[in-house]
Amino acid sequence: MAKGPRSEAVQGATLIAPPFLYALLVLAAPLLTIFAYSFLTDGYLEVIREFSLDNYRQVLSDPIVRSVMLRSLWVSMTVTLVTVVLAFPVAYYVSFVVRPERKALWLFLITIPFWTSYLIRVFLWKVILGYNGVINSTLTSLGIIDEPLTFILYNVNSIVLTLAHAYAPFAILPIFVALEKIDRSLLEAGRDLGESRFMTFWRVTLPLAMPGVIAATLIVFIPTIGDYVTPTVIGGGKIPMIANMIQVQMLDLDNRPLGSALAVTAMIIVAIVSGIFLFLNRRFLKVRQ
Amino acid sequence: MRSGALQGGGLRIYAMLYLLFLYAPIILLPLFAFNSGTIIAFPLKGFTTDWFAQMWENATLRRALMNSLTIAVSSAIFATCLGVFAARASTRFTFPGKGPIMGFIMLPMVLPEIIVSMSLLVVLLGAGVELSILTVILGHTLICMPYAIAILSTAFASLDPSLEEAAYDLGETKWGAFRLITLPLVMPGIISALLISFTISLDEFIIAFFLAGNEPTLPTYIFSQLRFPALVPMIMALGTVLVALSIVLLALGEYFRRRSLARTGSSDTGGFL
Repeated sequence: MAKGPRSEAVQGATLIAPPFLYALLVLAAPLLTIFAYSFLTDGYLEVIREFSLDNYRQVLSDPIVRSVMLRSLWVSMTVTLVTVVLAFPVAYYVSFVVRPERKALWLFLITIPFWTSYLIRVFLWKVILGYNGVINSTLTSLGIIDEPLTFILYNVNSIVLTLAHAYAPFAILPIFVALEKIDRSLLEAGRDLGESRFMTFWRVTLPLAMPGVIAATLIVFIPTIGDYVTPTVIGGGKIPMIANMIQVQMLDLDNRPLGSALAVTAMIIVAIVSGIFLFLNRRFLKVRQ
Repeated sequence: MRSGALQGGGLRIYAMLYLLFLYAPIILLPLFAFNSGTIIAFPLKGFTTDWFAQMWENATLRRALMNSLTIAVSSAIFATCLGVFAARASTRFTFPGKGPIMGFIMLPMVLPEIIVSMSLLVVLLGAGVELSILTVILGHTLICMPYAIAILSTAFASLDPSLEEAAYDLGETKWGAFRLITLPLVMPGIISALLISFTISLDEFIIAFFLAGNEPTLPTYIFSQLRFPALVPMIMALGTVLVALSIVLLALGEYFRRRSLARTGSSDTGGFL
């Protein structure tokens, strides 16, 4: 257009204003509020407006908080590892083996379960694994076991299984996108220069796919650590994760400053873990440019 | 290339098993929704549609359905309208702070919903706002917006800017060019964004659970019934309906997304996200 870059900037800024203002109002303002709350003190039925670091001291020293934090970290890291490792071959298959005209169908099939109700899927795992669930009732009625197996419900493993199932499509898509971007002639070059199929994969395909693997890792890790539904439904409320603890402090115990401090601490931990992970992979991230 | 075909075969079996794992729980839904046994277990007893009838007669459920539909329709419209602004701005213009601003708007996609809902709840309670389906719409619009933007950006990015310039040259005003040229071309993208936002809002639980006050929505109603084993078959029936609805809406969304690509003449680059 004939107009200069300045008017371009003004037009762009005008257009972005409504969604940006909405996000400021509904997301930034609440986040800043809990950040501010986390430095205040809880009084009876009200919040005392007095700066203190007591909430953070309590969060860091309380053994229960620590064990819940560690459990959340452990669960989300395990889920992330399992999901990404299991998803990679599927992404590889769709990108390298499936014929181009059928790729969209495969992606559609993979994404459908992700779009169906999360709550229903979690509930289904409870139905499958439960005390009177599909596995136990079926095994009992077939006479294979006398007592229902209790080790498959209300424990950390069943939480990991449910979350890994729920977040599977999240991991496949970014890896698939990264694999699609790989120039196929690079692989041929590797083969022509005498590398074996496996070494070509190890030295060419995998490093080039790493940005996708990293994206998948973060996309699974960040939401799973803050998951609320699965520990509540599958864990039977006996195995709380950090989200349950935040909710209990905020609502049931009505200690909003402490709840806020928990939420802020959780976000900081997620940011630190993600930061360390990105730092460790900085070599691979340069590949992209 | 024999070893290549072999490798493809092994991977193919793995991919099939993986799909089976993804769909295994969902396949149980219709099986037990039509099963006459009250206990969820194999072997299946007989065929019945009682659970669907029981579901149909439930008054609380009907109220929850009406609330969910109201919330989903409103959130989808708001999120898509805001998304059109953001997608147009990010694909067509450069402006200072573009990267950070877009990153911030897309943040709800990765932020745990418990953090979004808790912080919003604290502010709403602090401001003395009464919780209702309006507050849920507020939250759902926020979390649907990034998905709408992702879909709309694809639609806007594949748009040829010279078409609009041609309209300006022929004397159309800015609004006229947008209404007559841009809007029809991105319309499939808009419909796709509406459908996806509607689906997300319909299924969303956490925000609805904390921000709805005493009003039930479908997911929160389901959650409140999970404690009662006798009601599980009815929940299976309800789940079947919801999943079927999601699949129909998604298939429609995918159809419109492809039409939008075909209309603007670009090639298919894959599914959602």
